[in-house]
Amino acid sequence: MYFTKKVLDESALLRKKWEDEVRKAVAEWPDQKERWSTVSDLEIKRLYGPEDISDIDFARDIGYPGQFPFLRGNQVTGYRGRFWTFRMFAGMGTAADTNRRWHMLLEQGTTGLSTAFDYPTLMGYDSDNPRARGECGRCGVAIDTLEDFLQLVKDIPLDRITTSMTINPPASVLWALYCAAAELQGVPLTEIGGTIQNDMLKEFIAQKTFMCPPEPSVKLISDTVEFGARYVPRWNTISISGYHIREAGSTAVQELAFTLRDGVEYVEDVVRRKGLDVDSFASRLSFFFNSHIDFFEEICKMRAARRMWATIMRDRFKAKDPRSCWMRFHTQTAGCSLTAQQPYNNVVRTAIEALAAVLGGTQSLHTNSLDEVWCLPTENSVEIALRTQQIIAEETGVGSTIDPLAGSYFVEALTNEMEEKAWEYIEKIDAMGGMTAAIERGYPQMEIADAAFKFQKQLEAGDRVMVGVNKYLTGEEEKIPILEIDERVEQEQIARLNKVRRTRNGRAVKKSLEELRQACRKGDNVMPFCIEAVKNMATVQEVCNVYRDVYGEYADPAIF
Amino acid sequence: MAERKLRIMVAKPGLDGHDRGARILARHFRDSGFEVIYTGCHQTPEQIAASAIQEDVDVVGLSCLSGAHRYLFPKVVELLKEKGADDITVIGGGIIPEQDFQMLYDAGIKAIFTPGSTLEAIARWVRENVTQGS
Repeated sequence: MYFTKKVLDESALLRKKWEDEVRKAVAEWPDQKERWSTVSDLEIKRLYGPEDISDIDFARDIGYPGQFPFLRGNQVTGYRGRFWTFRMFAGMGTAADTNRRWHMLLEQGTTGLSTAFDYPTLMGYDSDNPRARGECGRCGVAIDTLEDFLQLVKDIPLDRITTSMTINPPASVLWALYCAAAELQGVPLTEIGGTIQNDMLKEFIAQKTFMCPPEPSVKLISDTVEFGARYVPRWNTISISGYHIREAGSTAVQELAFTLRDGVEYVEDVVRRKGLDVDSFASRLSFFFNSHIDFFEEICKMRAARRMWATIMRDRFKAKDPRSCWMRFHTQTAGCSLTAQQPYNNVVRTAIEALAAVLGGTQSLHTNSLDEVWCLPTENSVEIALRTQQIIAEETGVGSTIDPLAGSYFVEALTNEMEEKAWEYIEKIDAMGGMTAAIERGYPQMEIADAAFKFQKQLEAGDRVMVGVNKYLTGEEEKIPILEIDERVEQEQIARLNKVRRTRNGRAVKKSLEELRQACRKGDNVMPFCIEAVKNMATVQEVCNVYRDVYGEYADPAIF
Repeated sequence: MAERKLRIMVAKPGLDGHDRGARILARHFRDSGFEVIYTGCHQTPEQIAASAIQEDVDVVGLSCLSGAHRYLFPKVVELLKEKGADDITVIGGGIIPEQDFQMLYDAGIKAIFTPGSTLEAIARWVRENVTQGS
């Protein structure tokens, strides 16, 4: 019991008195609305007290930083040793354009890089594929070959700066490009650090960037985990992501539950398929969460996530190394909370969401720019977004002490409640035979669609307010500068690609792709073959076509 | 004779996977009494035009959030026209900057809905502006 009997008895007495007063007050001045709930529609009580957390066992449920269940953080020193990584997601136009933006961000104090690729790259198509028409360089940087990649990382010290790459179906190919680029820079694989998102389950669930069916997709992921565990020990080979699940309209509990269950699926596959000991790779699994606008719900979600993952690793997978139990995660503020209307308000939303992420104990953070509802961010708006993090880190003092909200009746009670609800989902998915099976029957997709639809209906009924959208309208459009991607980018990129195709050794390309194909057929680890192919200037699409040929293609089941 | 319900196809041209809006809208159309066909993500303009004709729809609603609407939306209209199906009303939505509106209207897109448009406003536009084909 978290409190003595004396405290609980006293609280019961005082609570009764308070409740009587509330009844009287409400009779005279009614509440603004009957039901109060989080942005995820989780009902919130008017007040939380000792009785709401009386079941807590301090050592079991809360404990200390760096100790199981890691509720209060993985790092024993918190943010005092170093702040979270200021990791701004950036990519646009050509590799040279993006390299320029990266250097600008580094000059302004960003401490890690994060790559946004354009849609053709994300989907494993070359820039001259008919399906790529109109998309080249628009939502991120276009990468077709090693030549582009070398341009992307020009003058970036790969042994000192860690780079995250938001890439999923072609994750093995982009990672191979990174490994090849490091080798050419003279940096051994043991010294490069970074992350590939490489989380296909959430693509089927939410983000919808897919190529091959779920089963071979997970196999490719396990290949990268195995290769990383053996040869690239500082690399996070998966970033198990709730971000996109949330952006697709899930609740915070769904984000938490589906993300952790995805994590379980990956660990199971690596252990089963590769026969690796869980402690040999688990510490390189990382996570990625959304920080939405409902302040406390986000903080509690992140705290619950750490405790749940630690429990999963210890109890389900029998991990021995405490580091296997660490949930290390990156956070991005919620794109879907931003509004196209009155866009300057987005600076405020992002600041609040970033603060929640820090109080939730994130290790790395991207803050959205005010104009990201409309376009890729301008330099000016990125700078405000980065400064938002720097102000939180350097001025507000919230990083001075670890997990400052621990022990709050509300925060601990909500953390517990979210965890309980998330376990229910996880048990349900276990009963279905795992996440891949659940995806095949459309279960997580439908749960998210229901939540997204409900939110939209509540918004349109006025039960939920978004400032500038359904309340406090000004009637006039506020104009902000929009970053435009020149349509010449597409032509230039295609010209560069054609030049590479003309000048490379065609026989070597063909041979290495054929070796990759054999590896796929035999079920061997694809990574060494992938690296060899990209070194020979095979394009992203050429490598992906091997996967498509061998493993087949997946089409959107179009659930709504 | 009982009137046939209006048939709407909600389509996602291009490579972007932002289907939250498209799927919510498809559901709202269905709840509002339309017959709805949803294509799913990653459709080429050719696939969309072909299924619009095959499914004999009255309206095609295109959703694109990647910025590729300037190429994709006009292409769908053009292909429908080529196949003699220019009676199908094509509307679009997504992240579409105001400066692109005119070129899309000129290309034959009949209405454009951007963030903040309500589901009901979109359904109302369809009811008021589309008469079903024979």
